[in-house]
Amino acid sequence: MASYVLFTLTIGGIYALLALSLNLVWGMAGMVNLGLAGFFAVGAYASAIATGAGAPVILGWLLAIACGVVAGLVITFATLRLRDDYLAIVTLGFGEVVRLVALNERWLTKGADGISGIPGPFKQALGQTGFPIFYCVLVSVIVGGVWLALRRLDLSPYGRTLKAIREDQELARFAGKPVLRFKFEAFAVAAAIAALAGALYGHFQSYISPDHFQSLITIYIFLAVTAGGVGRPLGAVVGAYAVVVFLEATRFFADVLPGLQPVQLAAVREMLVGAALLVVLLCKPTGLLAERIAPAAPYRKSR
Amino acid sequence: MFSSLLQAIVSGLMTGSLIALPAIGFTTIFAVLRYPSFAIAAYMTIGGFAGIYANQHFGMGIVALLLLAAAVAGLVGLLAEQAVLGPLRPAGALTAAIGSIALNVVLENILRFSFGNDLQGFNLPIHPDMRLGPIRVGSQQLQNLGLAIAVMAAVFLFLRYSRFGRAMRAVADNADLARLKGIDPKIICGVAVALGAALAGVGGALLGMDTSIDPLTGYRVLLSVFAAAVLGGLGSTPGAVLGALAIGVAEEASLLVVPATYRGAIAFFAILAMLTFRPRGLLGERST
Repeated sequence: MASYVLFTLTIGGIYALLALSLNLVWGMAGMVNLGLAGFFAVGAYASAIATGAGAPVILGWLLAIACGVVAGLVITFATLRLRDDYLAIVTLGFGEVVRLVALNERWLTKGADGISGIPGPFKQALGQTGFPIFYCVLVSVIVGGVWLALRRLDLSPYGRTLKAIREDQELARFAGKPVLRFKFEAFAVAAAIAALAGALYGHFQSYISPDHFQSLITIYIFLAVTAGGVGRPLGAVVGAYAVVVFLEATRFFADVLPGLQPVQLAAVREMLVGAALLVVLLCKPTGLLAERIAPAAPYRKSR
Repeated sequence: MFSSLLQAIVSGLMTGSLIALPAIGFTTIFAVLRYPSFAIAAYMTIGGFAGIYANQHFGMGIVALLLLAAAVAGLVGLLAEQAVLGPLRPAGALTAAIGSIALNVVLENILRFSFGNDLQGFNLPIHPDMRLGPIRVGSQQLQNLGLAIAVMAAVFLFLRYSRFGRAMRAVADNADLARLKGIDPKIICGVAVALGAALAGVGGALLGMDTSIDPLTGYRVLLSVFAAAVLGGLGSTPGAVLGALAIGVAEEASLLVVPATYRGAIAFFAILAMLTFRPRGLLGERST
C-alpha cells in the first residue's frame, strides 16, 4: 500500500511538471501546446539514450532539457508569427511525429519494443524500498522548485508582460514589448520543463516505449490545468495530482461495472476524461483556484 | 522508376480526392465559425461506422449508405455544436479548439465502446484491378474517385449559387456586415457545421470502402486533412481540394523513399514547410 501511494505521488509530481509547463504556455502566454506528450517523449528518450550510452543520469537530464528547448524552438520557428490556430495544428502534428519517429528509428529508440533498463539514480545503493521514497522526494522537490520559480515569474514584470500578450498582443506590442521574443522564450522554457518531466518519468519507470506517450496524456494535462485553474501555477499542480488520483480511481471500474469487456472499460475511462474536460470548460472555465488578478494600484494624488 | 512515379501520382490523386472531402468540411467550419475543429476526425469515423452498419445489416448500396453516412455525421456535428462547442466559442477560438479535441475523445470512445477496436470491412463485390499500361488502378478506388468528385461538385454548386451558400460566404467574409444584411449567423453556423461534418462523414465512409474502419480511422488521417487545408489556405474551399490532391501525391511519392509508416510525418512536414515559406497557403486569406 505504501509503495502504491509513493508511486501515485511520483507520477502525480511528473504530471504536475507537465501541468506547470502547459500553464506557462497556455495559462500565462495564451499559446496552445497540443504536442505536450511529444515534448514529454523527447525528454524521456533523450535521457534514456544518453544514459544508455554511458552518460551519468544528471547529464542525461540536462541533455533532455536541451533537447526540449531545441524541439520547442523548431516547432515555434515558423508558427509563432502566425495566428494562434496554426500553432494548435503544428503542435498536434509534432506530438504524433515524435511517436512515429520513436516507433520507426529502431537503431536509436528500439522501436515498439521500447528502451528498458534505464538506470535510476542511486537505485543500487538505496535498494527496493529506499529508491521509491528517494525518488518521490526528489520529484516533489523539483516540482516545488519549478512551482516557486514560476510563481515568482507570475508576479514579476516578465509574467505581467506574458499575461498582457495573452490578453491583447497588439496592445502589448504597442506598449513596446517584443512580443515574439517573449512568446519564443515562454514556449522554450515550457518545452524544457515538459522534457525534464519526461526524463524523470523514464528513470523512474526504467522502461519507456512509444505507447507511453499517447496524445491522451496531453488531454489529461489540459484537464489538470483547466480544472486546477488556468493562469495560476498552484492550480496546475493541484489539478495534476487530482487528475492522477482520478485516473487511479478509474482502475476500480472493473469492480463497479461488471460484465464489460476490457476494451469497453478503457473506452469508458477515456470518455470520462474527455467529458470531464468539456464539463470544466463549459461550467467552470476558471478552475478551482481561479487566477488572482491583482487590483490596480490605488490612485494617489501627487502633491 | 518513371512508371512507379506515375503510379504514385495516380494513387496519390485517388487518396487525395478522399482526403479532400473532410478537408473541405474542416475548412468550411473554420471559415464560418473561426476555430479549427479537431472533432472532424470523429465525424469521419462516425460516417464510416454508419456506412458499415447500414451495409452489413441492411445491405444498402453505395449511394444510399453514403447519404446515410452524411446524414448521421452531419446530425452528430450539429448536435455537438449546439450542445458543447457553440457555447465555448465566445471564450475564444483556442478554447473551442480544445473543446473539440475533448469532444473527439468522447465520440471516438463511444464508438469504441459500441463496436470494439477491431477492423471492420464493407461487404462489397470485389472487382479486379484495371491495368492501363504499367499503371494499376483499383475499380473500387475509381468508383470512389467518381463519387468524391460528384460530392465536391454538389458542394461547389451549393456554396456558389444557393442562398445558404452565399450567406455562408458572406458570414465567412465579414460576420458583422452579414448580420447587417439580415443574415442570421446562428442558422448559418448550424448549416456550416452540419455541412462540414456531413462531408467528413462521406469522406470517412469512402475511406472505409477503400480499406477498413476502426475507431481511429479519422484520427489517423487527421494530419493529412489539416495539411490539405493549410496547404490550400485555411478557409478556402478550392484550396482544400488542391491541397488534398497535393498531399495525396506527396504521401504516395514519399513511399518510394521512406517507409510507409512515415506517412503521417509527410503531412506534418508539408505543414511546416508551407507555414515557413507561404503561410497563407496556395489560395488562402491572410494568416496573421
